Amino acid sequence: MTDPILSVHNINKSFGALKASQDVSLDLRPGEIHALIGPNGAGKSTLIKQIAGGLRPDSGMVRFLNQDVTHLNTVKRARMGLGRTFQISSLAMEDTVLQNVMLGALGAHGRTFRFWRPVLRDKALREIAEAALARVNLSDRASFRTSDLSHGQRRQLEVAVALTLSPRVFIMDEPMAGLGASGSVSLTAFLDELRHEAPILLVEHDMDAVFALADRISVLVYGQVIATGTVDEIRANPEVRRAYLGDET
Amino acid sequence: MTRETVINGLLALLLLGVPLWAYLADEPFLITLATKVAILALAGVGLNIALGQGGLVSLGHAAFFGIGGYAMGILASHAQSYTPLAEWPWTIEGSNSMPVIWITAVVTSALAALVIGALSLRTSGVYFIMITLAFGQMLYYFAISWPAYGGEDGLSIYVRNGFPGLNTLDPIQFFAITYVILIATLFFAARLTRSPFGLALNAARQTSERVETVGIVPYQLRLTVFVISGAITGLAGALFADLNRFVSPSMLSWHTSGELMIFIILGGTARLFGPLAGAAAFIVLEQMLGGLSDYWHIHLGLLLLVVVLFARGGIIGTLAGEEVRHD
Ligand SMILES: Nc1ncnc2c1ncn2[C@@H]1O[C@H](COP(=O)(O)OP(=O)(O)OP(=O)(O)O)[C@@H](O)[C@H]1O
Ligand SMILES: [Mg+2]
Repeated sequence: MTDPILSVHNINKSFGALKASQDVSLDLRPGEIHALIGPNGAGKSTLIKQIAGGLRPDSGMVRFLNQDVTHLNTVKRARMGLGRTFQISSLAMEDTVLQNVMLGALGAHGRTFRFWRPVLRDKALREIAEAALARVNLSDRASFRTSDLSHGQRRQLEVAVALTLSPRVFIMDEPMAGLGASGSVSLTAFLDELRHEAPILLVEHDMDAVFALADRISVLVYGQVIATGTVDEIRANPEVRRAYLGDET
Repeated sequence: MTRETVINGLLALLLLGVPLWAYLADEPFLITLATKVAILALAGVGLNIALGQGGLVSLGHAAFFGIGGYAMGILASHAQSYTPLAEWPWTIEGSNSMPVIWITAVVTSALAALVIGALSLRTSGVYFIMITLAFGQMLYYFAISWPAYGGEDGLSIYVRNGFPGLNTLDPIQFFAITYVILIATLFFAARLTRSPFGLALNAARQTSERVETVGIVPYQLRLTVFVISGAITGLAGALFADLNRFVSPSMLSWHTSGELMIFIILGGTARLFGPLAGAAAFIVLEQMLGGLSDYWHIHLGLLLLVVVLFARGGIIGTLAGEEVRHD
């Protein structure tokens, strides 16, 4: 079995009396999509933040590329190759769509401290940015102000920015939300291919997408992983059906 | 060409046209006023880069304006009295050469901005405003209690400093110097906005989290822009002192910081020519209303209230409409 690229070991995180992560362990292996599902407020986004670096766990460890990154900040983890999309779009709303992907390309290539030449005339960066937009079908929106995009298009842009980083792993927090039926189908097809570039930790409420894509699924309830397994194992797990899949039988 | 570009061009021409007309009509006072507008606009451009693009509401920019002013005052007073500034470890002579003074002003105010910024930028929001204000006031009281350079009374310089090949005592020639510096700085600011650095800085103002996620440290962006901003305002300070042939602690006081902020709000925050429009409006109002009553600041206050409530984009925003940040 290949070593995991990313792993979380016994992570705990409390907000006052609320235990948002309880002894959470999971890992992400090369080439796989590992879906993280669970009801609202289960602690999925909180776990993502601890993996990406925005939040320190109270205890436990995050390993990425065989290195303990628990005490590295977001910037260092991003530079190591951790590509993340946000549940609540975190984009420069006043800027154009193209400028947002250019920012990703800029960060990935460390060419930020240049003060004279217009960034949009940097051909190399622009190619990366435009390629990323094309891959999420946003090319025709390149010159739009980001605040003028629909909710679903913003989610696509989030993914495009992550693509510009050519990361070693993708961590996506509900990329399908707001996409609509046809949007979900095409993003599902896209992620299916993307896993061969880098494995994906996918938080998603869209069960069709999860069942279609996931190699493994972990179910988080009240901050605890109650089950991890293949799609069939999770579908058949009575505890999961009771807690999350809304099974009345 | 966008409407804003046209308006900017007209403003630049107006600032050039008025003193030229005044020169032909032999109205030196008007030339001096235009020079003052150019210099104050330059100081505002400095602040606007930090405020408009970096989102850094600094209420301490008088510190840099004043440091630039004292750089001029100190160098020129030593040149005037033929005493060296320092004899150990090196002999440092005074100077009455504008280029030397400008470089000194830029370097010292940039260093001050580096120190003040490095400490202040660990905070944000109201705390940042308060800390920059506190640093500004510290320097103000320091200047008041420093007798070597005039203390509270300030320093007078008898002859305007020189620039190779020009007669700086001729108002129109001194105006030309300040005008060229202002336009060159505006050009730099326009380039900066579109540069890779400008893209990242503007993104960091809108969402720090996003910038970190692509591997860029927002603090480094902000500190860098704070230093650039301080250096420009410092250069303006040196020119302002030269215009008045006088420097005093009042250049360092929070009133000055407030005035710079007013130029930007009046003219239009983050608009390239906002500080010029704002400084010009301020000086015109000061001339018109200041003659009518000593309490013209009350009218100014009302005007600011109107701008903040009804014309958020200031003068430029009202004339040019919504901002477009394309290529
Ligand atoms: N910074 C915080 N301070 C206090 N409580 C928090 C904080 N962040 C999250 N929480 C709480 O932790 C719990 C888990 O939140 P989280 O956002 O991780 O859930 P989630 O699984 O992502 O839910 P959703 O499916 O709605 O996105 C929630 O009860 C939330 O209110
Ligand atoms: Mg969430």
